[in-house]
Amino acid sequence: MGGSPGRMIGIIGSLVLVGVVTVLIYLAFAESFDAVRQPMTTFVPKSDQANLIHGVYQFVFILAAAVFVFIMALTLVFSIMYRERPGQVARQFHGNSRLEVIWTLVPVLIVVAIAVPTYSAMASITKPAPENALKVIAIGHQWWWEFRYPELGITTANELHLPVDRPVSVTLESKDVIHSFWVPALSGKVDNMPGHDNHLWFTPNEARAEPYLGQCAEFCGLSHANMRFRVFVNTTAQFDTWAASNKADRVTPSVALAQAGEQQFVASGCIGCHTVRGQASAAGVIGPDLTHVGSRTTIASGTLDHTPENLRKWLANPPGVKPGSLMPNLNLSPEALDKLVAYLEGLK
Amino acid sequence: MATAIGMTTHTQEETGLWSWLTTVDHKRIGTVYAVAGFLFFLLGGLEALAVRTQLAVPNGVVLDADRYNQFFTMHALTMIFLGVMPMGAGFFNYFIPLQIGARDVAFPRLNALSLWIFLSGGILLNASFFLGGAPNGGWFGYAPLSSIEYAKTSGMNFYVVALLVLGLSSLMASLNFAVTIINMRPPGMSMMRLPVFIWMTLVVTFLLILSLPVLTVALLQLYFDRMWGTAFFSPAAGGDPILWQHLFWIFGHPEVYVLILPSMGIVSEVLPVMARKPLFGYSAIVFAGASIGVLGFGVWAHHMFTTGLGPVPQVVFSASTMAIGVPTGIKIFNWLGTMYGGNIRFVTATYYAVAFIALFTIGGISGVMHASPPVDGQHQDSYFVVAHLHYVLVGGAIMGIFSGIYYWFPKMTGRLLDEKLGMISFWTMFAGLNLTFFPMHFLGLAGMPRRIYTYDADLGWDTWNMVATLGSYTLGIGILLFLVNFVITMRKPADAGNDPWGGATLEWATTSPPPAHNFEVIPEVRDRDPLWYDRDHNIAPAVVPEHNHIHMPPPSYFPLIISLGVLLIAVGALSHLAVTALGVVIVLYGIWGWALEPTD
Ligand code: HEC
Ligand SMILES: [Cu+2]
Ligand SMILES: [Cu+2]
Repeated sequence: MGGSPGRMIGIIGSLVLVGVVTVLIYLAFAESFDAVRQPMTTFVPKSDQANLIHGVYQFVFILAAAVFVFIMALTLVFSIMYRERPGQVARQFHGNSRLEVIWTLVPVLIVVAIAVPTYSAMASITKPAPENALKVIAIGHQWWWEFRYPELGITTANELHLPVDRPVSVTLESKDVIHSFWVPALSGKVDNMPGHDNHLWFTPNEARAEPYLGQCAEFCGLSHANMRFRVFVNTTAQFDTWAASNKADRVTPSVALAQAGEQQFVASGCIGCHTVRGQASAAGVIGPDLTHVGSRTTIASGTLDHTPENLRKWLANPPGVKPGSLMPNLNLSPEALDKLVAYLEGLK
Repeated sequence: MATAIGMTTHTQEETGLWSWLTTVDHKRIGTVYAVAGFLFFLLGGLEALAVRTQLAVPNGVVLDADRYNQFFTMHALTMIFLGVMPMGAGFFNYFIPLQIGARDVAFPRLNALSLWIFLSGGILLNASFFLGGAPNGGWFGYAPLSSIEYAKTSGMNFYVVALLVLGLSSLMASLNFAVTIINMRPPGMSMMRLPVFIWMTLVVTFLLILSLPVLTVALLQLYFDRMWGTAFFSPAAGGDPILWQHLFWIFGHPEVYVLILPSMGIVSEVLPVMARKPLFGYSAIVFAGASIGVLGFGVWAHHMFTTGLGPVPQVVFSASTMAIGVPTGIKIFNWLGTMYGGNIRFVTATYYAVAFIALFTIGGISGVMHASPPVDGQHQDSYFVVAHLHYVLVGGAIMGIFSGIYYWFPKMTGRLLDEKLGMISFWTMFAGLNLTFFPMHFLGLAGMPRRIYTYDADLGWDTWNMVATLGSYTLGIGILLFLVNFVITMRKPADAGNDPWGGATLEWATTSPPPAHNFEVIPEVRDRDPLWYDRDHNIAPAVVPEHNHIHMPPPSYFPLIISLGVLLIAVGALSHLAVTALGVVIVLYGIWGWALEPTD
């Protein structure tokens, strides 16, 4: 064994190689600590529960890294040490009971070490939501999100607003196929199952202006990739203001173009699918509630940023913007589009 | 057909298409399995390259959403059912009888039938591309997305019917191999002297025999739901989509081991021969393989941690999943123990085998990571899981298969694959696959979900996606180099000799390629490594008796006829029941002829 200096250099070299590769891999992983460059990172938890999960993850990660380094190093070193060379003879043996017992016990210890923090984290994450939790219902539709606040009487879409430091209890439902509610910074994912409700709760702990990004994580058909959503975590005061204005009925249009848009909204059949609270005939429930659509930052569950131009683009051909979208192309004339955009932009 | 009695049989001399179509020789059947499996593997690879090309940059425009969904679905189905499993079956077919010193498998005609039904299923599944669109609901076909309401094209019908056909083929092959292994061993080969490759095959056959019926039930229910308006999985009518997930994964998780165990077996053959020493801890490896098989049936719900199982099942299934990491760890240490103290000949087969250990370990580690349900909540359905499964299946299963190809190629063809080209191809593949799949860990942790055909530019996912795409092209080039190697090698003279590696198992005791009847005399086994034992104890090969009457089964075209009937039954299930009726008649005719056909 060992022997020639060439072989020693090879062994040391391969240990160095494993070390360097490990460091490089770690640096690449560490990139995920930058929530600005990677806004959907799982490494920057912003809720108490996501914190716990991340704690378990980090512990598991360290164990995983240790196993990785150990096995990679052994594989490389053995490859070099026992590579065929003149005069070397393979030693004939069939095993070694003591070693085999040891390397049965080591994996056992490792998985037990993973099990303990796992189950202790689960004990606190899976217990029922606290009494004072804000109740939210998140309903998955092909391919957008409906959010309801049953206690506040608010229905909105694709953008969830939450107060900081207050537990939120989310009931997950689906109107069609399976979807999955995932905001990496706030919580692990839980599926929206048609036919039975799931539950999830977490306590967001950092209010900020930029939204937390979420996305449907269960393959749900054609526009699964375009089923994104945003979560705004605000101070309690900001949240209350938002809630008050969103609870209210729509803003009645005042300018002429917008008023014409209100007529158009009826004439083009939008009312069959969309609700606008305060516009008596508009009570459709197939598409998102549009009562305050003008105040949302995106269109069609994150497919487009909300600008008047993009809204116009959307209305002109929804399935062209978002494959498979269940809002049909209504072949609206340019004039109709002008009116509708004016109306919808006013629905702050 | 005449009965063959005598020194040699006619199957060996016969060439031409008809002789291949009617063959019952396990070596020919194995060859067709392997070649067809490899061609499908290339097809699945092209689908993967298309998917990677679409994802190379944010907001890619290479594939539209629908085509993307068809491609990722077909990529998985092709790789699993038409690529890796058949390549495994190719090795089983070719080498089980040789390694246990038998003349053929227990049921040679059934073996031919499995092959033709597999090919029918593979062609049927791919025909969907031209008949209204391929399956687009993922290889896991989750209800209710797979229902007629949400998957209106005929793609998912093809999925159901083709998987039923392929399942039939696998079931017949599994029964055949299991019986062969248990009943046809030569004198002296006790179960604990079986080569590890044979042991792993035995575990695979039992996994399939026990898990395929569950998939069959699920597929039939889905078929009824889609075609005849039942509601097994439709929540609106009182059905339960979760039922599908349980049934699917009770099959689906054992299936993972169906894909990886053959490669574990191959590596356990290659390493000792190349290291020139016995396998370290034979019984531990065998028991670990068997317990992986048993435990593999108790972990399925780890694919369902996010479905709202509730904490108790989460704890139970995470515990069983962690437990299965233990036998897996034992195997890894035993392979390393086999290298330890050896005088290892580093040929291409060895490189693939050693790469298997390292890469499979990476897949194993990430597997244990998401055995923890809270951690899995962040990993599930993200690219982290894509990385994990590809380290297991490409880093594991495919590396093992390539090791087997380089190792056994001289036995199958009498030619050694070119080493220099082999080495270039290996390193290209190795670099390519790590560049493709390692960055997917980073992408998953950066929040990238699976199965999305597009993503935004400002999420920090662009760099690693580009790297992964370039890596996949590199991997493709590596595989292309193997093809070049294959073509070049096949044009060289067959001068590899009977035993170029100094092998320990019986297949190296016969000629390369072996004669139709495999061995002149059924060998006697005195040790776990029979050839090494005979070598070390100066035991001469048995003398061939003067009047050596070897009976080989005659060729038969009835397997072909029955498989044609099965294909028609399947086509009928997709089109008109009259076609099915015709298929049934043909199958009955085939069975009739089969039963009355003289076999000696
Ligand atoms: C057949 C039902 C249907 C009709 C009719 C319909 N919509 Fe929609 N609409 C939808 C659906 C479904 C969505 C969600 C699409 C998505 O995100 O995939 C939607 C989304 C929208 C959105 C984006 C909402 C958001 O929060 O992102 C706007 C704005 C909109 N519709 C306006 C209109 C207008 C204006 C009309 C009439 C010209 C109209 N819709 C007619 C079904 C309909
Ligand atoms: Cu989705
Ligand atoms: Cu599994």
